[in-house]
Amino acid sequence: MSGPDATPGGPLLEIADLRVTFATGDGVARAVDGVDLVVEAGETVGLVGESGCGKSVTALAVLRLVEHPGHIAHGSRVRFEGRDLLALADRDIRAVRGNHLALIFQEPATALNPVLTIGSQIAEVIRTHQHGSRAEAKRRALEMLRAVGIPDAERRADGYAHQLSGGMRQRVLIAIALACRPHLVIADEPTTALDVTIQAEILELLDGLQRQMGMAVLLITHNLGLVAERTRRVYVMYAGQIVEEAGTEALFAAPLHPYTQGLMAAVPRLDQLRERLAAIPGQVPPATAWPGGCRFHPRCPFAFDRCNAEMPPLLPSGDGRKARCWLVEDEAYRGTGVPAHRDQQGEGGGAP
Amino acid sequence: MLTYLVRRLALAAVTTAAVVSLTFALVHLAPGAPFLAGAEGRFVPPETVERQRRSFGLDQPLGTQFVRYVANLARGDLGESFSRRRPVADVLGDALPNTLLLGGAALVLSLVFGIGLGIAQATRAGTWADTTLGALSLALYSVPSFWLGLMLMLVFGEWLRWLPLTGMNAAVGAPATWAGRTFDVLRHLVLPALTLALVNGAAIARFHRAAMLEALGTDFIRAARGRGLGEGRVVLRHALRSALAPAITLAGLSVPALLTGSVLVESVFGWPGMGRVAYEAIFARDYNVITAVAVVAGVLVALGNLLADVGVAWADPRVRRR
Amino acid sequence: MSRLRGLWARFRARRIAVAGLVVVVLLALAALGAPLLAPADPLAQPDPVALQNQPPSPEHPLGTDRFSRDVMSRLLYGARVSLGIGAAAALLAAVIGAGVGVAAGLGSPLVDQLLMRGVDVALALPRVFLLLLVLALWEGAPAGVVIVLLAVTGWFPTSRVVRALVQRLREAEFVQAARALGAGRWGLVRRHLLPHLAPAVIVAATLDVGNIILLESGLSYLGLGIRPPAPSWGNMILDGKDQLFSTPWVAAAPGLALLVTVVAFNLVGDGLQDALDPRSEK
Repeated sequence: MSGPDATPGGPLLEIADLRVTFATGDGVARAVDGVDLVVEAGETVGLVGESGCGKSVTALAVLRLVEHPGHIAHGSRVRFEGRDLLALADRDIRAVRGNHLALIFQEPATALNPVLTIGSQIAEVIRTHQHGSRAEAKRRALEMLRAVGIPDAERRADGYAHQLSGGMRQRVLIAIALACRPHLVIADEPTTALDVTIQAEILELLDGLQRQMGMAVLLITHNLGLVAERTRRVYVMYAGQIVEEAGTEALFAAPLHPYTQGLMAAVPRLDQLRERLAAIPGQVPPATAWPGGCRFHPRCPFAFDRCNAEMPPLLPSGDGRKARCWLVEDEAYRGTGVPAHRDQQGEGGGAP
Repeated sequence: MLTYLVRRLALAAVTTAAVVSLTFALVHLAPGAPFLAGAEGRFVPPETVERQRRSFGLDQPLGTQFVRYVANLARGDLGESFSRRRPVADVLGDALPNTLLLGGAALVLSLVFGIGLGIAQATRAGTWADTTLGALSLALYSVPSFWLGLMLMLVFGEWLRWLPLTGMNAAVGAPATWAGRTFDVLRHLVLPALTLALVNGAAIARFHRAAMLEALGTDFIRAARGRGLGEGRVVLRHALRSALAPAITLAGLSVPALLTGSVLVESVFGWPGMGRVAYEAIFARDYNVITAVAVVAGVLVALGNLLADVGVAWADPRVRRR
Repeated sequence: MSRLRGLWARFRARRIAVAGLVVVVLLALAALGAPLLAPADPLAQPDPVALQNQPPSPEHPLGTDRFSRDVMSRLLYGARVSLGIGAAAALLAAVIGAGVGVAAGLGSPLVDQLLMRGVDVALALPRVFLLLLVLALWEGAPAGVVIVLLAVTGWFPTSRVVRALVQRLREAEFVQAARALGAGRWGLVRRHLLPHLAPAVIVAATLDVGNIILLESGLSYLGLGIRPPAPSWGNMILDGKDQLFSTPWVAAAPGLALLVTVVAFNLVGDGLQDALDPRSEK
């Protein structure tokens, strides 16, 4: 699916049929099982899902950071700026990492080296990719620290990670990621480990920097609220697969896939009075034993026979949207949100 | 940080005091007199013995002797050695630098060897190389140091004739120039220092391998790779720096081991250091020398621990805030 | 009891540790069976002139030393010394260390501080130096004294480990429950704490045996410890060192025996430690 600003010559990032498996004591875990995803230059795309759905592994796989016992399957393709990252030589992929494509990790507490100064960690990335002098790199590092809003940058640069709060550390991680002006930033749960008030600040920061530098952002999160406000398009992920793709507005207006509907229903909203929080029944199954047929069917309120028997592909529903659900073929469902084979009952999905 | 150092200094002082007191007590309370031990069958008239005892103040009650000793110590007077008829300070002054040379060289070598081995194993964890290196380090860790010294002497001194056997300098035909003499000492230093370093280094390697493995598995290492840093940089700058603290602690803890190991190794290689002096003094019941050596040993151990603490604080900034 | 069984099961899974255990058992058997296995009397000097320093031969599988004593026999009897002293001293050190650790862990903060500061200072003392001192001054000290001395200078690390464990266990629910039911201090220790302490103490003791064996051999090499003519691997090396170049096997054999023994004990100790560590589940 290409967005409104499709780059001539192909999208910035194009993931095709990505499969990542892990060899565990309980068998092979198919953490990412055939993911297709596209990000165009300059746009913000969201990747949403609960923990355990494979979204973080997807991010790692893009930069080929998946380590033993994980394994990226042959046949997976990750095209970035026209090149397949999975086929590059070690030296070439290192030239991409942190340089044209940057990854912001989840845990600010552990993603910074505790025994090296903050400034040196930023300067190091600059010197690795841009071969400037040490003084020049230090200057740019200070610039970045100020750009991410860290007060007293000079002193902080000579300090260490343990002297900073969680929010500050996250800012430093952003500084490191953006130091070489990447074209694409993958932000994996950039605010999950932070306080609510700090979260908003960090996101504002990220927004501002993105506008300034004109980069694309792939925002990975389980928090629907983040995605609603800041992305142009959204992918919803479940059990190692993409289960829905849509423009953000359209998705929130009328989610097609029952899982997406469940996710939205589970978010408490002030403008709707409910007595209980609606949670999706059941739990995410283990990656070593995905259910047969549609992987969501054991928890789906609308499941019927076909769901158990056959895994649905991503079916287009017109106007560029897709969902991995047999219900997409059901006209009644597309119109009203209630499948034809169901009685009038239960809470449908998205219509407010 | 300051309070931490002060606490360690206090501990060092208490330890030294404990060592001195314990040594003094043991030596003076043990059976056997200081002069008969060196007699070896010569008949020593009792009056001579009595006279010697009085001249060294040994007829005084123990408490008085101890107080006098400590007072002298504070003034820097270490007394006189019975068996050598020289001031103790002179005896130690000759021997201590040799031990420091040997110990220092052994410490540096063991750190290089141990850390290097630990890194080599950790970056090849799980492979045949790791297992082989691990077996090597286990063997070196389990070998008696004096026997290893003997075997090294056999192989390199006798069979291959690459290195001299014993002593600190060539007994015959000493080189004339300073450079020549230095080189000669260094040649003699190789085997004893290597013996100590291999055994100690293996102990360091065992710990360091684990520390490096832990460091290599952390998030920040993965993040460093994610920024495009080369593997060499990741291992040596990021992982090693964060894993240095335990190695430095071990190095500091090695000081007592090196000191005591030096007793055995100096004996094997005839190295004229404090280990030899202590050994001979113990057999000769040379009280003053023994106590002086105990003091020096206690101080060196305390210094070693202190240095280790400072080193750890340098290696790991998180420690500094305590 | 089931804790020990679980420990054993996890230990068995590590083959190299089991190999170490096999070697230890074989060594123990060799030591015990020395009278049967030795080709000759270890102290006998049949012909001090003609038979000294003989190379290995059918009657003397490892040759003879400079007093024409059979090296193989001395090696076997020496095993008794090394293993016996090693095991006894390690055991004694473990008991003392555990005792002090429990006292510190269960005692009042004052007792705890006193004991642990004492341990801190003791740990900083040069162990070998003190051993040298006492053994040199006490001429002809019997093996029992050597064992006690080795134990008394070596229990400190165990006490620390045990104290930490006891402090953790003190807060555990089953201990609180037992206390609520009126269990006295001793009953508490015996029935509830000891089973949990046993694995850690066993590991500490096993890892210590290797060290003690090396220490004892060093002391014997210096002429302290076990004195000739009674054979100990350490004093055998001392005997052999003067003829190191002409008859290297006299000094090499006991050293190799020491190496193999300590390696075996270390493998067992490492295996036990891994089995004890919940993080190393394969």
